[in-house]
Amino acid sequence: MIEIFGISSQALFGQLLIGLINGAFYAMLSLGLAVIFGMLNIINFCHGALYMIGAFVAWMLLNWLGIGYWWALLISPIITGALGVVIERLFLQRLRDLDHLYGLLLTFGLALILEGVFRQNFGASGLPYRIPPELTGGTNLGFMFLPNYRAWVIVLSLFVCLGTWFAIEYTRLGSYLRAATENPALVQAFGVNVSRMITLTYGFGVALAAIAGVLAAPIYQVSPLMGSNIIIVVFAVVVIGGMGSILGSIVTGFGLGIAEGLTKVFYPEASSTVIFVIMAIVLLIRPSGLFGKGA
Amino acid sequence: MHKAQAPMLSVRNLEAWYGESHILHGVGIDVREGEVVTLLGRNGAGKTTTIKSIMGMVNKRSGSVSYEGQEIISWPSNKIARAGIAICPEERGIFSSLNVQENLLLPPQVRAGGLSVDEIYTLFPNLKERMYSQGTKLSGGEQQMLAIARILRTGARLLLLDEPTEGLAPVIIQQIAVTIKRLKEAGFTILLVEQNFRFAATVADRFYVMESGRVIDEIENTNLESNLTKLNEYLGV
Ligand SMILES: Nc1ncnc2c1ncn2[C@@H]1O[C@H](COP(=O)(O)OP(=O)(O)OP(=O)(O)O)[C@@H](O)[C@H]1O
Ligand SMILES: [Mg+2]
Repeated sequence: MIEIFGISSQALFGQLLIGLINGAFYAMLSLGLAVIFGMLNIINFCHGALYMIGAFVAWMLLNWLGIGYWWALLISPIITGALGVVIERLFLQRLRDLDHLYGLLLTFGLALILEGVFRQNFGASGLPYRIPPELTGGTNLGFMFLPNYRAWVIVLSLFVCLGTWFAIEYTRLGSYLRAATENPALVQAFGVNVSRMITLTYGFGVALAAIAGVLAAPIYQVSPLMGSNIIIVVFAVVVIGGMGSILGSIVTGFGLGIAEGLTKVFYPEASSTVIFVIMAIVLLIRPSGLFGKGA
Repeated sequence: MHKAQAPMLSVRNLEAWYGESHILHGVGIDVREGEVVTLLGRNGAGKTTTIKSIMGMVNKRSGSVSYEGQEIISWPSNKIARAGIAICPEERGIFSSLNVQENLLLPPQVRAGGLSVDEIYTLFPNLKERMYSQGTKLSGGEQQMLAIARILRTGARLLLLDEPTEGLAPVIIQQIAVTIKRLKEAGFTILLVEQNFRFAATVADRFYVMESGRVIDEIENTNLESNLTKLNEYLGV
């Protein structure tokens, strides 16, 4: 067995893998937050709750309707995204001309309500969700054992993140989105229904959270608190990457997952705080975040 | 001879507010198809507000704006755009997160009959060279060209141009005058806001003079000479 700095490569790569997995979730969630913040100027505090709902929808599909993982991966983001559309139309739309703070308070309240409803009905302990049979088992890479499901999570999350980034940076729809982020009134005056675009953008950001939720279901358990556990870290990721930066949120998400994993190997005591330490340092040196523009 | 046809754009009793401040007090103007009409007036007279109200970009407005026979005063701006009106705003509105080509292609096509991208690049060769530059990295003159260029593709027939010469060098102003004349020849109808009266005189068929949110005079270009003293007084030149 190879050792680096007295640490077995097995342990090192194992933690790196866990870091990458966590990073995949950080990236998908902070990407959704970034997309929503860019377009709606709202810090979507109920993002974690919607991620949790994404996982629960998969669980309900399976246990109540017998619909399995693969369909859930498609259906849950659609249902949860539709819930997002309703939230936007019912509430967020009314806050459009007001200060940031109102959106933050409203979504924070929504998160509490949504989590409360699920805790009331499903209890606080986690519900198991099985890895789909196609992805059980693993591959021995020689230097480490790679569970297939974890490989799948990393691949799909990379695909979703880079696909979103590409769509925003290089397609016509993406140019509408970027332009409307800068000057919605003018884009509307060119004939684009910006109001509808804002609603759909929110729905899309929520759908991203739901995809993350379905992916997470077999790894972490499905629990009403899964969202609030992860979302605090995700907000730190967003702050480090720079609020609203698309590529920044992806790179920072994966990067910080890995940083967390490595810390667990070399200095386990700091592993749960390392992201917040990095956040503090970044805020001191670059208050607008690593990828943020301006102050 | 123009007088016989119904105006393409007819604005009556237009009032507009920004929050509580009442800015327009019953503006009335007509623009006939194929005309270039200019709104003149001192700073703060309400020219931009008039243009934005026609485009539906001022939330609180009343009165009547009729375009090609349809009453559009209560329409949202995106629907007005789809009816065939396009704006080139005073601050130009070039998007910094879009490159030149993306800026050019941004406004969706609302009707057939707009200029093709090739025609636009022939009209504005500078833009073609800088196709992949960030929109806001262009010079002021180039940004103005881009702001005009991007509304020519859409099929809009009525162009609202807000001070296209503001802050530009004389050579560029001349270039813009040539462009506007070409657009008129190509059949576009143009409502132009200008403070540069000498520039406006070279391109416009008619002038409206605005003051304190009202139209206080209307002058045909053919009667320009006899009205010069009056105009200078209005504009405080
Ligand atoms: N967003 C706004 N909120 C409040 N008041 C405004 C706003 N925009 C313009 N005004 C006021 O409305 C009045 C008319 O402004 P407007 O921009 O229409 O003038 P203008 O004729 O275009 O002037 P300029 O030649 O300087 O562009 C001014 O008194 C201005 O202060
Ligand atoms: Mg103005």
